[in-house]
Amino acid sequence: MTEKNTPLWEVFIRARNGLSHKHVGSLHAVDAEMAMQAARDVYTRRGEGQSVWVVRSSDIVASDPTEKETMFEPTGSKIYRHPTFYDIPEDVGHM
Amino acid sequence: MPNADLKPETLFKYVLRLADDQLILGQRLGEWCGHAPTLEEELALANIGLDLLGQARSLYSYAGEIEGKGRGEDDLAFLRPEREYLNALLVEQPNGDFAVTIVRQVFHAAFMVPFWRAMTASSDETLAAIAAKSLKEVEYHLRHSSEWLIRLGDGTQESHRRSQDALEELWGYASELFEMDALAEEILDCGIAVDAAALKAEWDATVNAVLERAALTRPADSWSQSGGRSGRHSEHLGHILSELQYMQRTYPGLSW
Amino acid sequence: MYSQGLIGADGSTHEDAAFLEAFQKRVDAELKIEPNDPMPAGYRKTLVRQIAQHAHSEIVGMLPEGNWITRAPTLRRKAALLAKVQDEGGHGLYLYSAAETLGVSREELVDQLLSGKAKYSSIFNYPAITWADIGTIGWLVDGAAIMNQIPLCRCSFGPYARAMIRVCKEESFHQRQGYEIMLTLCKGSEEQKAMAQDALDRWWWPSLMMFGPHDADSTHSDQSMAWKIKRFTNDELRQKFIDATVPQAEFLGLTMPDPDLKWNEQKGGYDHGEIDWDEFWRVVKGDGICNRDRMKARRKAHDDNAWVREAALAYAEKTAARETAVAAE
Repeated sequence: MTEKNTPLWEVFIRARNGLSHKHVGSLHAVDAEMAMQAARDVYTRRGEGQSVWVVRSSDIVASDPTEKETMFEPTGSKIYRHPTFYDIPEDVGHM
Repeated sequence: MPNADLKPETLFKYVLRLADDQLILGQRLGEWCGHAPTLEEELALANIGLDLLGQARSLYSYAGEIEGKGRGEDDLAFLRPEREYLNALLVEQPNGDFAVTIVRQVFHAAFMVPFWRAMTASSDETLAAIAAKSLKEVEYHLRHSSEWLIRLGDGTQESHRRSQDALEELWGYASELFEMDALAEEILDCGIAVDAAALKAEWDATVNAVLERAALTRPADSWSQSGGRSGRHSEHLGHILSELQYMQRTYPGLSW
Repeated sequence: MYSQGLIGADGSTHEDAAFLEAFQKRVDAELKIEPNDPMPAGYRKTLVRQIAQHAHSEIVGMLPEGNWITRAPTLRRKAALLAKVQDEGGHGLYLYSAAETLGVSREELVDQLLSGKAKYSSIFNYPAITWADIGTIGWLVDGAAIMNQIPLCRCSFGPYARAMIRVCKEESFHQRQGYEIMLTLCKGSEEQKAMAQDALDRWWWPSLMMFGPHDADSTHSDQSMAWKIKRFTNDELRQKFIDATVPQAEFLGLTMPDPDLKWNEQKGGYDHGEIDWDEFWRVVKGDGICNRDRMKARRKAHDDNAWVREAALAYAEKTAARETAVAAE
């Protein structure tokens, strides 16, 4: 018989001050305290961490991959948002 | 040496007691490897075991220096007869079920936190430095084992029963941690040692708080055992040593 | 530590040609596939199976080496071994997590291992009987694992590739740890050298078997290659391993237990004797010397500690209920 599932958590670690927290992997834990300890024990064994976030995987709201086009394609045509869209003579120097 | 009257062999023995505690408990945790309740806990127990082994290594190396007879960490860890191991009886107790392992860890860590904290003020610079490093490690051991004991005590009926049984089984081994004999007193007088007896109040407060959150009952002080500090052990130590020393005894004098 | 050349993974799939073609185009363009992306059912099935086999191998792989932690000959070796076996547990954990992104739970995967339904690398069904076996496992078994795992860092499935990058980074010390043990033995006494040679004699052939059957006998291998789940064939990886390892054995002064092993100038690699495939299949099918012990140990750890996991879950439920009650007041 398969036993009751222990919740899945996502782990984010700030490797050094000045960097943002980055997703490093997941783990199973019954609650926040155990998730925090497991994150420390599993993902910071080689001095990888200065700060840890753990988030219940079920609490993450993700965009729907079938709506990828609606969500992200319209921005593709807005090339005027990028600096290379504008022509500035080289003589002006770096801008 | 802060005190000219202090014989090196006295300090040597004191450091060995400390080293043996960490080695034997680390060895016990090593037995869990591959058999833990969850994969996450597999890594957690190994982390604690590695901390303790690291502490033992620093302490043995220092003990060897104090002794001045050229013995290194491995000579001291592997090549003494049973009666010369000076660890407390608590740490040699078998792993039992997970509740026994966790209770043993709570008892040990709740003692080592104030112990190492006090040792950071030792007049012996080496011990003070080892203490500063070890303190951070055992603070985490205490957090980890306490949180587990709370979950086991206040989890299911079965886990509650097992944790209460584990408490009763190990309770009588805790008092040895606070014993001060002539040797420890002598080193305390030199400003090197920690007054272990004075740590009892903090240990009580720590353990009581965990037991309360765990919905467990503090056992009565009806019995206690000691003898480890003078090398009088339970029968368990011999079996630990027969594994620990196997290679060094079977193939004497080789490098590995 | 390691995944074996896949045994009998069935990549058969039933999507229409246009869907499969579009998917193949993405894979060919080296675009990573992420968990929520559309993918052929066969791709998903093959990956779950391969990643799970790989994870199970890490977990079962903890047992032969774990068996030596309490007996390691020095404190330095003891700490290194404990850290290594711990890493293997971690690698199993990363890999289970990667498989879970495909919609299968850790509990189901563990169940498949314990019920005997899932396979793991057959190498761990051989016993670690002397200290030299610990050196040999690190040197050969981890060495073979690295050959397999480095290409998997470029696997088309994102979570698997990312897990492998982490695993490879952590594993870089494992093989060195093993080879250093061998080096110490080979520089030591006669009985230490004999111990090293004996371990090599016993582990050499099983480590070659780790790469799986010959390409000609390897079912479903072509589909895995096309989907870039696998990036080299079993025989290619085995050849690379032999070519890398023979000079290392020579450096140690050890003799490979294969009289047919010799340098082939023309192909720029070593020729070797035939692998005993009967033994391979016997061990894969459950009749190696340690198969039963390994499964017994895993089941015991799982069953004896079920009450611990139940307790933690019960506590979490109770606390959550208490918090809800307080919030409602």
